[in-house]
Amino acid sequence: GWMNKHLNLVPALVVVFYELDWDEPQWKEKQSECATRVEIVRQSLQGRNTKVAVVLIQKKTPLPPGEDVIASERAAALCNACDLSGKSLFVLPHTDHLVGYIIRLENAFYEHAQTYYYTEIRRVKSHKEFLNKTTHQLLFVRHQFKIAFFSELKQDTQNALKNYRTAYNLVHELRAHETNMLEIKTMAGFINYKICRLCFQHNTPLDAIAQFRKHIDLCKKKIGSAELAFEHAAWMSKQFQAFGDLFDEAIKLGLTAIQTQNPGFYYQQAAYYAQERKQLASMLCNHDSSVIYPNPDPLETQTGVLDFYGQRPWRQGILSFDLSDPEKEKMGILSLQLKEKNVLHSELIITLLSNAVAQFKKYKCPRMKSHLMVQMGEEYYYAKDYAKALKLLDYVMCEYRSEGWCTLLTSILTTALKCSYLMAQLKDYITYSLELLGRASTLKEDQKSRIEKNLIKVLMNESPDPEPDCDTAAVKASQKLWADRVSLAGSNVFTIEVQDFIPFVQCKAKFLAPSFHVDVPVQFDVYLRADCPHPIRFSKLCISFNNQDYNQYCVVEEAYQKSDILEQSSQGTMCLVPGKTRKFTFKFVAKTEDVGKKIEITSVDLILGSESGRCVILNWRGGGGDAASSQEALQAARSFRRRPKLPDNEVHWDSLTIQASTMIISRVPNISVQLRHEPPALTNEMYCLIVTVQSHEDTVAKDVKLTAGLKPGQDANLTQKTQVTLHGTDACDESFPALLPDIPVGDLQPGEKLEKPIYIRCGTVGARMFLVYVSYLIDTIVEGKEILCKCHRDETVTIETVFPFDVAVKFVSTKLEHLDRVFADIPFLLMTDILSASPWPLTIVTTQLQLSPSMTPVDQLESYVENVVLQTGESASECFCLRCPPVTNASGVATGCYIISWKRSSPVESVPVVSTVITLPHVIVESIPLHVNADLPSFGRVRESLPVRYHLQNKTDLVQDVEVSVEPSDAFMFSGLKQIRLRILPGTQQEMLYNFYPLMAGYQQLPSLHVNLLRFPNFTNQLLRRFIPTHIFVKVRLGMTEDNSIMS
Amino acid sequence: MADTGRAGQTLENYPLYIRSVPTENELKFHYTVHTSLDVVDEKISAMGKALVDQRELYLGLLYPTEDYKVYGYVTNSKVKFVMVVDSSNTALRDNEIRSMFRKLHNSYTDIMCNPFYNPGDRIHSRAFDNMVNSMMMQVC
Repeated sequence: GWMNKHLNLVPALVVVFYELDWDEPQWKEKQSECATRVEIVRQSLQGRNTKVAVVLIQKKTPLPPGEDVIASERAAALCNACDLSGKSLFVLPHTDHLVGYIIRLENAFYEHAQTYYYTEIRRVKSHKEFLNKTTHQLLFVRHQFKIAFFSELKQDTQNALKNYRTAYNLVHELRAHETNMLEIKTMAGFINYKICRLCFQHNTPLDAIAQFRKHIDLCKKKIGSAELAFEHAAWMSKQFQAFGDLFDEAIKLGLTAIQTQNPGFYYQQAAYYAQERKQLASMLCNHDSSVIYPNPDPLETQTGVLDFYGQRPWRQGILSFDLSDPEKEKMGILSLQLKEKNVLHSELIITLLSNAVAQFKKYKCPRMKSHLMVQMGEEYYYAKDYAKALKLLDYVMCEYRSEGWCTLLTSILTTALKCSYLMAQLKDYITYSLELLGRASTLKEDQKSRIEKNLIKVLMNESPDPEPDCDTAAVKASQKLWADRVSLAGSNVFTIEVQDFIPFVQCKAKFLAPSFHVDVPVQFDVYLRADCPHPIRFSKLCISFNNQDYNQYCVVEEAYQKSDILEQSSQGTMCLVPGKTRKFTFKFVAKTEDVGKKIEITSVDLILGSESGRCVILNWRGGGGDAASSQEALQAARSFRRRPKLPDNEVHWDSLTIQASTMIISRVPNISVQLRHEPPALTNEMYCLIVTVQSHEDTVAKDVKLTAGLKPGQDANLTQKTQVTLHGTDACDESFPALLPDIPVGDLQPGEKLEKPIYIRCGTVGARMFLVYVSYLIDTIVEGKEILCKCHRDETVTIETVFPFDVAVKFVSTKLEHLDRVFADIPFLLMTDILSASPWPLTIVTTQLQLSPSMTPVDQLESYVENVVLQTGESASECFCLRCPPVTNASGVATGCYIISWKRSSPVESVPVVSTVITLPHVIVESIPLHVNADLPSFGRVRESLPVRYHLQNKTDLVQDVEVSVEPSDAFMFSGLKQIRLRILPGTQQEMLYNFYPLMAGYQQLPSLHVNLLRFPNFTNQLLRRFIPTHIFVKVRLGMTEDNSIMS
Repeated sequence: MADTGRAGQTLENYPLYIRSVPTENELKFHYTVHTSLDVVDEKISAMGKALVDQRELYLGLLYPTEDYKVYGYVTNSKVKFVMVVDSSNTALRDNEIRSMFRKLHNSYTDIMCNPFYNPGDRIHSRAFDNMVNSMMMQVC
């Protein structure tokens, strides 16, 4: 009553706006008009303490106060006329700075309003002072609350909070009785709401929560009238909801909540009380339909509104605790109960729960959210909104399933099953039944057995028995639905993917081997196991593969009569006995196209029921396994538990592992491939590799093909430096390939042997891998089916390539002394030395020296090592006498090249000859001014004259002064010029003749010739020694030989 | 009279052992234990990895409801123990709860030491049953 009055009806301040300028010509008239207006307003307020203010709207900008004399005079006059204080008169100049003036006005009005509420508070306080604690307890609360309320209006929140708190304490000091309980609770709730709101406003959420907890603890037990207990529950629910709303509001304004303290908990609690209310209501308001609503309505009051909140309409304003009119009281309670009956409880609960769900989602409580969603689902179920219930339950089911909380899952499934039964939702009904019968369900055996019977009925296209604890009316309706379903033809096949739940049939498929040869039938087992209480029959088991052609071979089917289905024979193949593992073995022949491919089981389908009745296809993706099996497999793998012994034909379910794919590999070849060769290979030779293929097949090996050559995937340089050919007689060049693919060889009869030489030319040294791959086709019979298999066998061999020989070349003088340079026009020797490095004997067919144009041979260049056979480590040397005309080029002269034609020594004539070209080194050619050569016999004899002729050739274009001297030696006497000085013209030669007379036998030093060139001081005797001999062998006289022989 | 539900859980969060007295409202306790894992998860992740070794195993009061108090405890191998007690039972102070958890942990360790116990399997142990029973008797 009064709150609305003070909030909306009684103003704190009334402002009269009047258009009047200070320099208004008709001032008097205007002033009186304004005064009348103020008077009218005053009269209409009727003695309230409401403040009145006047605002003059003026067109001119006012002068600063005190300067405008007329203005101040007139203002005073106006105030008098209107009976106003000077403070309540304002001026609003209608000029540029309107906003600024308005803000100033607003503040002024606010001040006035505050004064008004202040006086109101003073007024109430003065009332309170007259009160007595014992007799006016109720009024105490009222006044305290009023003070707080006015403080709040005054926007003095701190004081308001303080006063509310006092009021709250006062409420609980009141003597509570059944009759006024509702009123007290209403008041307490109201004040509590105000306190909590202010606490949140002051950003002290903990105070708010503490206040709320206190409030709840105080009021929890104040149930009041037992017949109206639902009212208390409703009130509690309301308290929690209101607090939740407040909390949520505060969060929206910036408060942060945490996981364990958020509005969700309050909404959740509100929902609990709403549920309690529903239960109490259903207990207390179960009147017969014959009970009619009392007339006149005791809840009606004359005014239509209550004088005080929380009082019973039929007992207004009565303060005494005893019941004055029991009959009236009864009618009142009855009418309240009947009204409660019409309340849609479920809707309330669901709203609260969904509020809570939204909150918990925000604060990372997924499990709490799921739990509340389960409750929502159940509530929808009670509200008979089965579709929504199913949707919610289905949504959370997987979470409980994945976390492995079987008890909770079972309870949810049971509710879901009821929903699907009541809606006659076939597929859902079957799915839930399958899972409730499964190993994750914690239902008792009798329950399971009941569900299984129902499932069998459904499979036979009959109506199942109703689920227990269902509303009878709803069951009736659903039976009708089921009957419709049964009569409806078509759409009787349901495919159920079992991946996402835990059905009562488990399946594991297993290929017997990870790979099968194509000529062996592929075998695999499918293991099935049922967890339901009774044996169950199925009509078909079929397996699908990634290659659908095989599907037809893997079907187990048994057409059975409808009457058979209830027959509990456990002997049939198509029957799954609980707890026993059934094995089905399948066998098929893989196609030859699938060689090298993977065969995968894409799904296993188990068909329950029949086409004639109703068909349920359980579909396992891959090789079986459902939502729980991976975890179980993990546990089984960890387990050390010993398994009890079982008969041979049975297996332990846990020990089975799924093997859903297998490889098809080609048939094992039954031929032998042998390689014959003589390693290592020699560089550039046509290396012969003899491939021997022998067939051990029973039938003809057709279309034998040989692939031989460098194994792919090696160094790219090797490919270029390796050539393979079938024809060894003629040498191949770079254009030949490194790998010869698919050389047709023809057919091979059983036992036949085939030899094929392959020639390989390796251009560089090093190891190479060679591949010899033989493929063929053969007909075989597998399982009575003839197939053409492709077989192959490959061999690899690593062949080392080495240099056949080392060639050393050196230049020597005619005296066989090593030369690091040669002299122009003076003959020298080129010596080649071929050292065999091959482990096999080599035949040097011929050699050839190809000289460059700058070199000239001194004599015939013919090969001396033709047809020489070199064993390992042996060498063949040749020597050529060459001369080099003088050149200007100082850096060196190309000599030419040396070509060796060789082959491996072999009895076979056809071995091709390899030519190896060796480029000879460059040589530095130097010219000398004088060349001396000596003409002397190859040996001398003691005391026999030894004529020696020295030729001195001038190689320059100058006339040379030469000093020649001969130094005597002990072993010789000599005649001739001992010392001479002579001139040699350019291009001519001088001859010097000496007659040496050996005195001693043996290898003796000759008298040495010294030549001194006056023009070329560099020309030393050292150089000279290179050209002329220094020693000679002296034999004994002929007559002495005989003596010697006698002596020896 | 105190209602006490307890459960030990592994990392995968499925119950290894769950037991409540009295048994009439068991499902509700299962739900309570299950929902409390939200808070346990949050607390474990908040603790971080730095202090794994010296962290306190006892998590304290997980969250208050109107009627029950839910306490949590996590072993180093992340096995969770949850205890739900009547909130009106004022005899149980933090210290008692802590020692009860320690007892549970010890008993659990004994089970793990059993070579025939397969980690991750549901617990079926008479010794563990007896220990839990005696603890529940004490509280009630």
